[in-house]
Amino acid sequence: MEHKNSTEADFASAVALHAPQLQLSLEQGDLQEVTRIVAQISQARESILYQEVGRLTRELHSAIVDFDIDPRNPHAKEMSQITDASERLQYVVKMTDQAANCAIDLVEASAPLVNYISYEAQSLMTEWQRFMRREMKADEFRMLAPRIEAFLGRSLHDSDQLSANLNEILMAQGFQDLTGQVIKRVMTLIADVESNLLKLVVMAGQVDRAVGIEHSIEDLRKKPAIENKSNAGEGPQIHADKLENVVTDQVDVDDLLSSLGF
Amino acid sequence: MKILIVDDFSTMRRIIKNLLRDLGFTNTAEADDGSTALPMLQSGNFDFLVTDWNMPIMSGIDLLRQVRADDKLKHLPVLMVTAEAKRDQIIEAAQAGVNGYVVKPFTAQVLKDKIDKIFERVNG
Repeated sequence: MEHKNSTEADFASAVALHAPQLQLSLEQGDLQEVTRIVAQISQARESILYQEVGRLTRELHSAIVDFDIDPRNPHAKEMSQITDASERLQYVVKMTDQAANCAIDLVEASAPLVNYISYEAQSLMTEWQRFMRREMKADEFRMLAPRIEAFLGRSLHDSDQLSANLNEILMAQGFQDLTGQVIKRVMTLIADVESNLLKLVVMAGQVDRAVGIEHSIEDLRKKPAIENKSNAGEGPQIHADKLENVVTDQVDVDDLLSSLGF
Repeated sequence: MKILIVDDFSTMRRIIKNLLRDLGFTNTAEADDGSTALPMLQSGNFDFLVTDWNMPIMSGIDLLRQVRADDKLKHLPVLMVTAEAKRDQIIEAAQAGVNGYVVKPFTAQVLKDKIDKIFERVNG
């Protein structure tokens, strides 16, 4: 049998192949022959279905096996690929956490340097203006000069340090590239798995139809009652702008709260 | 002014802590969910609570309700800083007695405005 076409086309051609003979046998009243042909048609149908199930199973399997992102890992193939996917997402969590902490560390390290420059510049500015207005005595200026020198020296040193910190903050954003790649791979896997699962669902429908099983719609719709998860929260809304019951920004929140009398 | 920052992500706690420090609030403590925050609040003489909503074990909304139900804590000003953005949730938080609601991602200015507003009201 050829199976280049869809299952139904295969089945239809198998039926078409046997139909004239079946009709002839029916007209002749040859029940034995009729039974034999019906059995043949039935066998053809089962065989096509088995092949389709087999093909879909292989496709699903290969979709999962194809999700092999890290070729450097010699054990990648042995691991469950879905476990691997969650490990990859765990890697994203780790990388973003590291980058955020790194940037915050550097901001925290930089803040006192900026504060010193700002504070000391303000203080020196006041003194300098006194000097320019000739309100400063000579011995006061002698006190001021080394302070200015110290300030300039420290500013030079600290601005180098700040520049290095800014550079490191910049470099810490490199996580975006790596995590972006991993997330895109996981998205591809999910799309593959979804499309194959969808095929399996369609396939299951075909199997049901072929063997004459009918599910009651009520049973299918009878899902376990979804528990109220509002207390636990839902996390960020991805399509806030498209959903009506969701605020898009702080202005919306403020409007809503003020409408409640806040 | 002693402030408790409650968020399950340490980076968000650090960001809020740094923003509060820039606003002049240097006396802060951190907790990673409602269940660790509540005993701290009950024994720690905090003046202000900044909490996330979505956290393991005890969520921010449950923490808020516990605070409002506690005789010693019921007047504590509470600012919710959260990604939860459903209208129903904001209404729920308002009904539970929240003093301010900031949606993530937020800016330093928004945080400052809400804190100023809360203290204006508390002191006024």
